[in-house]
Amino acid sequence: MTPYYQIAPLADQGVLIDCGEMIDIEVNRWIEAAAQAVRAAQIAGVIGIVPTYRSLSVEYDSVAITQRELIARLERLLSMLSVSSKPSRRWRIPVVYGGEFGIDFDDVCGHLGLDRDEFIMRHTAPDYRVFMIGFMPGFVYLGGLDARLHAPRRLSPRTRTPAGSISIGGQQTAISSVEAPSGWHLLGCTPVHNFTAERTPPILIEAGDSVRFEAINTEQFKALQQKPDWRPEWEWIDNAGPSR
Amino acid sequence: MSTSRDNLDVAFVVASPGMMTTLQDSGRIGQGHLGLPPSGALDSMSLGLANALVGNAQTNESQTGHLQECGVLEVTLMGPRLRLVGGDCVVAITGDAEVLVNGRRAEAFRALALRDGDELHIRRVLSGARAYLAVGGGFAATPFLGSVSTLVRAGIGGFSGRALAVGDRLALSDPTIGASHAGQVGEQHLPQREKRPIRVVLGPQSFFFTRAKIARFLSAEWEILTLADRMGYRLAGPELTSTVGHNIVSDALMTGSVQIPGDGRPIIAMNDRGTTGGYPKIATVIRADLARLGQMKPGDRLCFEVIDPAHAETLWRERQRAFRAYLARLAM
Repeated sequence: MTPYYQIAPLADQGVLIDCGEMIDIEVNRWIEAAAQAVRAAQIAGVIGIVPTYRSLSVEYDSVAITQRELIARLERLLSMLSVSSKPSRRWRIPVVYGGEFGIDFDDVCGHLGLDRDEFIMRHTAPDYRVFMIGFMPGFVYLGGLDARLHAPRRLSPRTRTPAGSISIGGQQTAISSVEAPSGWHLLGCTPVHNFTAERTPPILIEAGDSVRFEAINTEQFKALQQKPDWRPEWEWIDNAGPSR
Repeated sequence: MSTSRDNLDVAFVVASPGMMTTLQDSGRIGQGHLGLPPSGALDSMSLGLANALVGNAQTNESQTGHLQECGVLEVTLMGPRLRLVGGDCVVAITGDAEVLVNGRRAEAFRALALRDGDELHIRRVLSGARAYLAVGGGFAATPFLGSVSTLVRAGIGGFSGRALAVGDRLALSDPTIGASHAGQVGEQHLPQREKRPIRVVLGPQSFFFTRAKIARFLSAEWEILTLADRMGYRLAGPELTSTVGHNIVSDALMTGSVQIPGDGRPIIAMNDRGTTGGYPKIATVIRADLARLGQMKPGDRLCFEVIDPAHAETLWRERQRAFRAYLARLAM
């Protein structure tokens, strides 16, 4: 499937292959395939690519290639693109919901008209697809959030939120990896830090993987935090795609 | 770059760190897919000039083919006081900085020979926001994913992944490298002297805003708020709320992406930005104006002007050609 897309300039710094305002697993798979194809083509002058939910940015240096030439190359590549599925990993991510670990949890439950248990049940039910790693090093964006849990972002972002925050922004849910500003609602915290420069590899969970959340209590959280080499468990799953 | 063992104990000891002093090079290019922003010197021209003055060559980044500068100290508004220990070295400061060596005024844009025990003080930045300190042979720092640039929020690069602190010992890689450059003088290159609008290309989400809002964005004078750092600048001016909403499905950011959050106050993404963001982007700053933007500070005022991408490319290529030619002349 080739989704409808446009190629837009990012000034003279890059171009954006953009499928528009959608969270869709087929679109995201196409973006992932496009990213692999652009990387494999090794176009002179291309200095970085960033795949997201719905777009692929291609950064270039106009000393080596013009935007016109780049767009022509990309259009040719995309017209020949084929999307293949491969097995992926599914991570089990433990989360403490609410309290000091998720300061917006009660407000969000109130806003959505859900009690605590029902919220947690709905949030831990699906296999989420990792739609992108973005924003901050190792920050995990997940697709497949229960429509009942969608909540608009805060009007003004907070300047600091802790590493390991589990949050909801619009129709997206995420695992933060380092302390960062955020305009999303903070629901809980995981002891998993997806970015650690000293670890090999520095990033565990990657785009295309799956994630399932598991509710734990404060004592379990603290116990896991005290194990220095602890890593979350994962297993291979076929790529029929997460339940939607 | 070779590292001579004999010189490993030549170092700067930090007597006072300055407001925000970090090691920066050309940046961690091409790692955005891991969520890593480019970081790197906010004023890449001053970075290149500082290195050229002390004879530090660029290296070729194998992965992307771009040129990587040697790491330098990026000084913000008020600079550090550093004492040289263990030997001599050559330094150069670029930017509009007040520089003291052992309490006596010294020049920026000149390769200065420092002796063991000398104290170098970059007291303040007079115009613009940043100055750069290069040392011949560079600082001894371990690159992470191809760059020594510090990203404080993630604790990576530079010296222990953070800004300088009192008592830090900044080891030098090979201070003999700059010796033959002592006394070399460079042009007083200051991007902040160019008083013209910051040029942008509209998009990629300018269609979130009515024509009237875009016209207001382009006609207004904006003020940089105190919430301005290496991650981004918040601007104050007329309110620019979108008619369609302030949530988008997260999309890639560039350095210079102008995002409009729900409160209608633009945020310009800078080098330590997120790699993606969820606010609509009304415009993107052109490459040729990024160094000038990087020299802006809270309280500065700016306007925007729209140009087309092909024009932006011409400006960048001409800028790069002239700058590289100048640096090559300096190296001769």
